[in-house]
Amino acid sequence: MYVRALSVTDFRSYPAAVIELEPGVTALVGPNGQGKTNLVEAVGYLATLGSHRVALDAPLVRMGADRAVVRGKVVREDRETLIEVEITPGKANRARLNGSPVTRARDVLGTLRTVLFAPEDLAIVKGDPSQRREYLDELLVARSPRYAAVHSDYDRVLKQRNALLKTSGHARRTGSSLGTLDVWDAHLATAGAAVLAGRHELIDALRPLVDKAYAAVSRGGGPALLEYRTSLGEDVTETTDRELLEAALAAALAQARDKELERGITLVGPHRDDLVLSLGELPAKGYASHGESWSFALALRLAAYDLLRSDGGEPVLILDDVFAELDDTRRESLAELVAPAEQVLITAAVAGDVPAQLSGSRWDIAAGQVTRVR
Amino acid sequence: MYEGPVQDLIDELGRLPGVGPKGAQRIAFYLLAADPADVRRLVDALTEVKDKVKFCTICGNVSEAGQCRVCRDPRRDLAVICVVEEPKDVVAIERTREFRGRYHVLGGAISPIEGVGPDDLRIRELMTRLADGTVTELILATDPNLEGEATATYLARLVKPMDLKVTRLASGLPVGGDLEYADEVTLGRAFEGRRALEV
Ligand SMILES: Nc1ncnc2c1ncn2[C@@H]1O[C@H](COP(=O)(O)OP(=O)(O)OP(=O)(O)O)[C@@H](O)[C@H]1O
Ligand SMILES: [Mg+2]
Ligand SMILES: [Zn+2]
Repeated sequence: MYVRALSVTDFRSYPAAVIELEPGVTALVGPNGQGKTNLVEAVGYLATLGSHRVALDAPLVRMGADRAVVRGKVVREDRETLIEVEITPGKANRARLNGSPVTRARDVLGTLRTVLFAPEDLAIVKGDPSQRREYLDELLVARSPRYAAVHSDYDRVLKQRNALLKTSGHARRTGSSLGTLDVWDAHLATAGAAVLAGRHELIDALRPLVDKAYAAVSRGGGPALLEYRTSLGEDVTETTDRELLEAALAAALAQARDKELERGITLVGPHRDDLVLSLGELPAKGYASHGESWSFALALRLAAYDLLRSDGGEPVLILDDVFAELDDTRRESLAELVAPAEQVLITAAVAGDVPAQLSGSRWDIAAGQVTRVR
Repeated sequence: MYEGPVQDLIDELGRLPGVGPKGAQRIAFYLLAADPADVRRLVDALTEVKDKVKFCTICGNVSEAGQCRVCRDPRRDLAVICVVEEPKDVVAIERTREFRGRYHVLGGAISPIEGVGPDDLRIRELMTRLADGTVTELILATDPNLEGEATATYLARLVKPMDLKVTRLASGLPVGGDLEYADEVTLGRAFEGRRALEV
């Protein structure tokens, strides 16, 4: 698939901008702070309803405006779909597909698929477990949009359960709300099992792809290994059997209950787990060199791209400022690997940062003006 | 900030559910400019609702008399109770004309975030209604969201020792909808929640 046109209104620095795109490589070039990332961020938003830079929507709306609108025309197997999303901070997004409003904005998920590479990706390797969980969960949603609901269900149960645990001192005395804790445990176990089954299946599919991509990026390095570390104990780290996972999670909650009542917070479940990345015997975090860490981060994104492509519906690749971060070898490997993709959007501060293999159309971005130069 | 009565009105409107500060201002200025007769009717409706409308002593539904229309109707089946969250759910189910039993309105759903526990709902009243053995079936029709599900689970566990038939409304695909047009998330859930067809 590819994005044929993007238009934004009051998004980030842009009062309004329109850009026509083609399959193949498109480079957005211009000095720092001119609005290159803002544009690819908008493309990513249409695919994920989130930004790769910020967790909340407020910074996406142009300072002084009430709401932002992002529109994109997506072509997939000769069929064109218009996605429109209106972002109003603090409120639910509104969205339309081909002009018809959808019930919930998340109904547009799955129409456009993207894989976005950014300097921030290094944090997947070097950062805390939440970064790696986010990598997994985003990819789950990209592969099957139903996981957006699975995750929001889990988050909601978790919030409710934590709220109950916080008032547990009182509940312990009256004995009444503790009866509802059992109910929340059951719901947390069900929702958590769905998340875990999804993650386990995903990791299984990713393993060979990550190792292959790592070898390609680093020219023969590796092996790059993935291992899920759960709070539920060893024997359920791989299974995708939901009933088994639900039982394990329920048992873990029962075991942790005293400690949880004391601390007032849920201590077991997928929100506490980690995806351990290792190079051979050594964990990547804390051990891998800067270059190796970059190779791992790239390998994770490339594997995501491979996986989505093999599911059908080739995703759009977005490379935000990554070439400038890489040494010559990794830069060349990455360029080779992404060159055949159906559409690649690249941002770079100087044209020289875009590898020669990736020549295509080029837009210059300066002071919010978007001009096609090639 | 506006002067006296205008600001008072904005403040009062702003306390209503679903009305933010901006909305409160819009409504206030709409009312200021509106025809006095229209405003009079609104005031009368508000006064009347507070004076006349009570809650049914049996089921908790809104009612003009001590007992609501459903509870007063001798043709309704006393053996079945349908548990709902709000009076508006009674209206929705009555519209389907499918249900011939009586209701029990809880007045909400369990939600620790909002500080709502079982004791804040009309659960004790429900247990009292179930005590004499007249009721043999309980339909749990709380909302198909997390809080509604949790409330249903809680009630199902609570009445388990009572030897009642307990059922939950099926949720998933909207009835009368085309499979083709169901959104992916709903469809996905419907698949997950699928049941064996007994023949
Ligand atoms: N909500 C907003 N309202 C107005 N301006 C904004 C908003 N958010 C970001 N900006 C401006 O957008 C600019 C950043 O744009 P962007 O991140 O696209 O830069 P860039 O061209 O990618 O630069 P670099 O080469 O440094 O990555 C900044 O100057 C910032 O002040
Ligand atoms: Mg940038
Ligand atoms: Zn009644």
